[in-house]
Amino acid sequence: MAQTLRLNPIRCDGYGICAGVLPQRIRLDEWGYPLIDSSPIDEHLVARARRAVDACPVLALSLRRDRSAHGRANSGADEPRLSHRLAGQPSAIGS
Amino acid sequence: MPSSTTPFEPRVLAGPPASAGPERLIAHDLRLGRLPSPSERRNLTAVLDSSGLLGRGGAGFPVGHKWRSVAEHSTGNAVVVVNGAEGEPRSAKDGTLMGLRPHLVLDGALVAADAVGATDVVLYVGREHTEAHRGLAQALAEREPDPNVQMQLVAAPVGYVAGEATAVVHYLNEGDARPTFLDARPHERGVADRPTLVQNVESLAHAALIARFGADWYRSAGRLATRGSALITVSGPNQRRTVREIEYGTTIGEIARSAGGAPPGSTVLLGGYFGSWASLDEVQDEPLDPVSMPEHGLEFGCGVLSFLRSDACGVAATAEIMAYMAEGTAEQCGPCVFGLASMAQATRRLSSGVAKGDDVENIDRWAGQVLGRGACHHPDGAVGMVRSALAVFRDDFASHQVRRRCALNRADMT
Repeated sequence: MAQTLRLNPIRCDGYGICAGVLPQRIRLDEWGYPLIDSSPIDEHLVARARRAVDACPVLALSLRRDRSAHGRANSGADEPRLSHRLAGQPSAIGS
Repeated sequence: MPSSTTPFEPRVLAGPPASAGPERLIAHDLRLGRLPSPSERRNLTAVLDSSGLLGRGGAGFPVGHKWRSVAEHSTGNAVVVVNGAEGEPRSAKDGTLMGLRPHLVLDGALVAADAVGATDVVLYVGREHTEAHRGLAQALAEREPDPNVQMQLVAAPVGYVAGEATAVVHYLNEGDARPTFLDARPHERGVADRPTLVQNVESLAHAALIARFGADWYRSAGRLATRGSALITVSGPNQRRTVREIEYGTTIGEIARSAGGAPPGSTVLLGGYFGSWASLDEVQDEPLDPVSMPEHGLEFGCGVLSFLRSDACGVAATAEIMAYMAEGTAEQCGPCVFGLASMAQATRRLSSGVAKGDDVENIDRWAGQVLGRGACHHPDGAVGMVRSALAVFRDDFASHQVRRRCALNRADMT
């Protein structure tokens, strides 16, 4: 099964090493935090993706095989991502 | 239209006037009758499904579905968290409900505990909601302890993110009310690692009424496809904040007229700080409906309608909200922390007459960069609000940027 990259945004401290290792899938925003393409990784990039994962000093990046790799919001879980205040999904986000 | 329909009677707020304070147990039982026994409400989750009850915390997720997902993981050890954090500054409906109808909320918690297989109920109530605390504490003292369900009142920390489901669980487990990013969701592993239902107080109050009167009764209110009633908080420059119960489908124009403080040209913030700005002239006939509003780029959210007069500065109003949202991050995720701060600073520059030449363009660009990049949806809420502001107050923003002054020469321009 294809693998995908997943970032834990709480752990990420914006070291930016991952973007240097895997520029094909990761670039940095203007604050230095990674913008990650979370679509399945092509076979020829998997080894490099693994290096990017290993290079993260705070273990914020991981490679996932399961369907939930796209992030929990799309993991098929029954529960909404949010409750209460944080729950109003602005329409601008789309779905 | 409204004139030909039966006037809507409040449901969760039915009963004695607000001046009477929290309804006592004896009055509550007399007015509504006792809850059906657990054996009589065995299929309550299915009844909730057919009622179409949607969650009232803001996301509008189907309540029956949520209860089932907890029940499927429960071995009789689940936890129900009654979410009364209500951190949205423009909302007062949850605090009002807890303060005036605490027994209805407790009834809802009990039927939820029974339905999902829970032994513990935690009432997680924002510490600033003093009347809610008083009402619930009094209500708990009035009740015989339930041998099967332990109930506990907890003061939730103040703050916008403290009511987010994973933050609630995090606080109850570790005293840290910041969202988490774990594989297991609260319905799988939450408070004390047990399956946990985190449910808004208003959702539970409706569930308590549905347990008594059934799905058809619930569905007898509402004008359009979305059935039932909802609490809303109406505020604006000319009226103090009021909480009302409406049937779904009531139009925004009706609320504006009855509020009396929204002349033509006004704008309205719908859904609170996570919501969207709209021109009142354009949304007069828009039904308040959590399903149809997002199809029109609007938010029902937690039921906030906050009116802004046409002679008040939309840029200043937006700056105030953005500052709050930037202050209110959990300070965990970089894009949210830095992105919201950048957007808040640019909006503040615009509102105070010291705009840089590209502030508006930058806000728009940052909004796109921040979207979807937090562990929770805090940044997404701010982005939705600010994007709607850029559209609705387009001329205002342009005037502030280009001429570095408010088009209306408003007094709030410093």
